[in-house]
Amino acid sequence: MIPKLQLIDVRKSFGSRVVLDGVSIDVADREVVAFVGASGSGKSTLLRCVNLLEPIDDGQVVVDDVDISVPGLPVDPIRRRIGMVFQSFNLFPHMNVLKNLSLAPRKVLGVSRSEAENTARELLERLGLGDRADAYPDQLSGGQQQRVAIARSLAMSPEILLLDEITSALDPELVGEVLDVVRELKGGGMTMLIVTHEMAFAREIADRVCFLHQGQIAEMAPPDKFFSSPENERTRQFLQRVIESGRF
Amino acid sequence: MTDTVPGPSDRPGTVTSGRRQLTRRQEFERRQRRRSATIAAASTAIVVGALVIFVPLTPGWDKVRKSFFDGELFNDSFPRLLDAFVKNLQIFAWSTPFILLIGMLLAIFRNVRTPALFPLRLFAAAYTDIFRGVPVILTILLIGFGVPGLGLDRPYNSPYLWGSVALVLAYSAYVAEVFRAGIESVHESQRAGARSLGLSSSQTMRHVIVPQAVRRVIPPLMNDMVSLQKDVALVSLIGPIEILRQAGIDKSKFANFTPYVAAAVIFLVLTIPETRFVDWLTARERRRTSGTAVR
Ligand SMILES: Nc1ncnc2c1ncn2[C@@H]1O[C@H](COP(=O)(O)OP(=O)(O)O)[C@@H](O)[C@H]1O
Ligand SMILES: [Mg+2]
Repeated sequence: MIPKLQLIDVRKSFGSRVVLDGVSIDVADREVVAFVGASGSGKSTLLRCVNLLEPIDDGQVVVDDVDISVPGLPVDPIRRRIGMVFQSFNLFPHMNVLKNLSLAPRKVLGVSRSEAENTARELLERLGLGDRADAYPDQLSGGQQQRVAIARSLAMSPEILLLDEITSALDPELVGEVLDVVRELKGGGMTMLIVTHEMAFAREIADRVCFLHQGQIAEMAPPDKFFSSPENERTRQFLQRVIESGRF
Repeated sequence: MTDTVPGPSDRPGTVTSGRRQLTRRQEFERRQRRRSATIAAASTAIVVGALVIFVPLTPGWDKVRKSFFDGELFNDSFPRLLDAFVKNLQIFAWSTPFILLIGMLLAIFRNVRTPALFPLRLFAAAYTDIFRGVPVILTILLIGFGVPGLGLDRPYNSPYLWGSVALVLAYSAYVAEVFRAGIESVHESQRAGARSLGLSSSQTMRHVIVPQAVRRVIPPLMNDMVSLQKDVALVSLIGPIEILRQAGIDKSKFANFTPYVAAAVIFLVLTIPETRFVDWLTARERRRTSGTAVR
């Protein structure tokens, strides 16, 4: 079977700083892969490379057996198939929730306004935000904002979803409502790459967990094996530190 | 810090009934406020009093009063000046849309990242550098005397036209810088959010960046507009009979400077409320943005 997404020896540097030093992974359709690693290990950069927010220096990003990272290829049609949710939500503060959700479908896909808004309302209903359609982002709690951000990505019906530490900016009591949405997405069969500091969540939701270290995937295993008997010394040290800091 | 905005607790009516309910802190702040108000009033009275008493004692005061503050001449020339001021308002009104439009285009040109459009970027940079670097009055003189010298026919030799063009050139450069600062103040994450949804770079500019940028720069933009309103008077140098020119004519007729004072009054009646309004907008914007979390 063809993988949904392949990264083949992806390399990326900022100036002389090598951030991704040959990352390769095959992600199957409907698979959920979690990425963990120290701060600054390149997790965000990896996700940004997948939807071409950062051009990669070398290697390939392949979706459905098509290399999307060929330099010069138009990127907008590719990006609309790959959704991304950010740590800081990145909602548009000058638009209400409904506009946030319907902007891209209308402008990019050419969907009519009424159709885009209907889809948006359905999505909001599904994520428990049915009554917040007219609110502006700064009138919402962090958890609600992040759920709106997820809904905004889903409004484009992406085939792959990239989640970059989507609960890191939230108060602890708001984390649950956002993770519930991710659980629901997994239930619906969404292919996802998830960067997270929530080890318990990674263990619960991921089909595979990757440990990113010095620009490479130092360890990749199913969650049970990853957390109970990691092979790489670095992974063990990382998990040890996470446990000591009380996050797992 | 003393708070000059009266809170609910220091309105006269509420104090008597609420005396007991004031916290120690509120009592203290109330005393402080009274004290600063007293000091401010006293020092103002002293300064104003000194001016009123001592200025008339100066040897030249009588002459100055006659040639700058002649009540009769003021009343005589005021309606003429008001009529002429309509010209200023007209020049202001038709120049403003062009200034805003060209300013915004220049700001967007300066932010284009496509290499093919690099010449646009260069052009915008040169344009703003040149017209911001030359005094407005020089731009007006050069355009106002230079272009009609080409021997154009009516109406293309009108000083109104070329005076306005000069103002548009100068002010669109100022306004472009204001818009550019606004565009650059929108955080990069907004661009990432928009691009990740598949919006193109121009769609991102149009629907996400520019609307936020414009909102943020409304106060400085209005400051520029207040300046423009005053600088319209500079076109008097190339011919149009607007308020400053009319005041000059009256001054020569009466050999008295009172018309200039009258013109100043007309400007102030307009610009003081405007600047106060801009201050109020700025303060509100600051309260609003410092009250919400950094995104
Ligand atoms: N746009 C950029 N320009 C320069 N350096 C960057 C940029 N983005 C990220 N980096 C650097 O790349 C490294 C990895 O960053 P990032 O991918 O954000 O790590 P993580 O998400 O794992 O914390 C960091 O050292 C960071 O400073
Ligand atoms: Mg990161």
